[in-house]
Amino acid sequence: MVIIGPMPHVLLIEDDASVRDGMELVLRRHGYGVDTAATGEQALALLAEEGGARIELAVLDLMLPGMDGFEVCRRIRARSATLPVIMLTARGDDADIVTGLEAGADDYVVKPVTAPVLEARIRAALRRAEPSGQAREADDLAGLVIDRAGLTVTKHGVPVALPPSELRLLLELSASPGRVFSREQLLESIWDHTFLGDSRLVDAAVARLRAKLEDTPGKPRYVQTVRGFGYRFGPL
Amino acid sequence: MSRGNGPERAAGARWRPRRLIGGLRTRLVVTFVVVALISAVTATALAYRDARTAVLQRTQNTAVNDLRKRVTAVAADFDLPPDQRALSRLAAKVSDGIGARLVVVRYQDLVATSDTLADTRDRISTELRAAVHTGKGARFQRVMWRGEPYLTVGMPVAYADGDRRTSGLEVYAITDLRAERDDTAALLDSVRAGTAPVVLLAAVLALLAAGTVLRPVRKLSRATRELATGDLGSRVAVTGHDELADLARTFNETADALQASDAELRDQEAKARRFVADVSHELRTPLAAMTMVATVLEEDADQLPPDAARAARTVGAETARLSRLVEDLMEISRFDAKAARLNAGETDLAETVRASLALRGWTDRVRARLPEGVRAVVDRRRIDVIVANLVGNALRHGAPPVTVTLATVTGADGEWLTLEVADHGPGLPPEARERVFDRFYKADAARTRGAADDSGQGSGLGTAIALENARLHGGTIEVADGPHGGAVFTLRLPARRTEGGAG
Repeated sequence: MVIIGPMPHVLLIEDDASVRDGMELVLRRHGYGVDTAATGEQALALLAEEGGARIELAVLDLMLPGMDGFEVCRRIRARSATLPVIMLTARGDDADIVTGLEAGADDYVVKPVTAPVLEARIRAALRRAEPSGQAREADDLAGLVIDRAGLTVTKHGVPVALPPSELRLLLELSASPGRVFSREQLLESIWDHTFLGDSRLVDAAVARLRAKLEDTPGKPRYVQTVRGFGYRFGPL
Repeated sequence: MSRGNGPERAAGARWRPRRLIGGLRTRLVVTFVVVALISAVTATALAYRDARTAVLQRTQNTAVNDLRKRVTAVAADFDLPPDQRALSRLAAKVSDGIGARLVVVRYQDLVATSDTLADTRDRISTELRAAVHTGKGARFQRVMWRGEPYLTVGMPVAYADGDRRTSGLEVYAITDLRAERDDTAALLDSVRAGTAPVVLLAAVLALLAAGTVLRPVRKLSRATRELATGDLGSRVAVTGHDELADLARTFNETADALQASDAELRDQEAKARRFVADVSHELRTPLAAMTMVATVLEEDADQLPPDAARAARTVGAETARLSRLVEDLMEISRFDAKAARLNAGETDLAETVRASLALRGWTDRVRARLPEGVRAVVDRRRIDVIVANLVGNALRHGAPPVTVTLATVTGADGEWLTLEVADHGPGLPPEARERVFDRFYKADAARTRGAADDSGQGSGLGTAIALENARLHGGTIEVADGPHGGAVFTLRLPARRTEGGAG
């Protein structure tokens, strides 16, 4: 994988100055462009500025003074459906993780996190957002048109904006309609997690995807659950 | 086997059978009835004796007086010695005057009876005749004749003049006592008829008395049992001002005190635990910054002077260690606060164990016997924590070869999955075996600290966390000596095959 052009630009949203500085130091050393914000309000203001467009990924601490991380995440999603968001959370605060994923976060890391782990996650999230370089082809699956090269999805002609994790999930599943993927397989192929990754990432992404794609999310047509095994696309 | 014991024992304490024999109720009833019986019998016996004596006395007096008066009146113009006819007339006259009682008159060998058909021989005993013959006054005797009671009164007739010599004439009157006997018998009957209701009444009273005593006692005993089984809110209602009410009040005060000190202890414990959780939480932010930049130091260590390089590596290693310690403290705090949640899904255990070993580079150091197809509903992260801890300990403290064996065991208490981690080291001394799951317990402090093997290096909480994780799954971890030495840790998990069976 070769990144051409300017280095990826990351927004760090973290209230603790030392943690923020540490992360900035590490990411800059590894060639990232870094913007920082101490509060959610500041971060949203930064994204709204002219320069906000260069930001390709946000690392978001859930514990923020003022507007909390969940709300910040929801507002980022409302502004940009496709910006990857990685949450910084405390392990075991399971409710936080679930709420954060529901709010639209693509992935999470547990504090205290080591530099290699954080960087690996950022890389994986950015890779999901990259065009796949496949030949231009568009599948028309019962009104759902998936452009694999252009990474766009339209449903009955209406564009559906999807963040990278949901888009990749849809691409992966729809590439082999009817095939059952286990959560572990999806975690490895989409999130680059090890075998012991958190399968709730998959469940949350599926739930968000259904909310955007399905006519009745409670009775999904496109992304179906195979109890005890995982998920599959269709049969339509 | 031992799992169901606790509730059963508690239920046994709650449902004690009612005492029938030897119980307070029985004792009270028996006592009341016996007292009532003794009172009735004694009173009856005394009353009967007095009544009978009085009746007989009166009858005797009447009989003697009547006879004496009559004889005095009739015998005044009687000539001696009499012939048989005169004697018979005399007997009839005397008999007429005293209500037609049977009268016998004797003079030497002559005997006359007022009723010639009556047989009087057996009703006038020789002792009476002898007494009358020698004595001076009236004599009487009660006799039984043909099963009936009679009173025989006899008296000598004396001359009315001067020295009052006996004339040789003797008069006997036989009085029928059946009426008197029937009267006293009726008395006995009425007493006997009265005793049964009295005894019944006594029994009922005894039951009532037993009830008033036993009801509070039973309430108290139920409350005590509840207290004993851990319900510290158990109290009894205090009614009245008797000794039992005092006892109930004392019980309530004791329970209050117990509950208060229990609450205080729990409060202190909760505070201590919260403190640990808070401290860990506070440590996490600076640690997050340190962990982040420590890698920078480690990455550049090669370019630093030797001393600074060593220092940089130490900072890196110890920061990682501190991180694990804080994480473990927070994890155990979550267990203490019952905030740990099972994120369970149906899982292939062999695959999970293999992944845990591979993740830590232990695959070549461990002999794994992992049969395929053993599936269970578990939290994979937590199973990984257990495997990492048990295998890590075996590798650090035991001697190779370390074996990991997965199996399915069916016992009396259902189906269990077991994961056995065995080493061939010296094993654990018995005292260490008991304490190996205690927090910060280290069987061999020097060796543990000396082994600077970084991966999974213990915080001292690893085994305690592993056990908590096993318990969260409804399982346990047991430790024992292996058949050929070495320590054997066995994780036991209940086999739940269907998804959704885990909470």
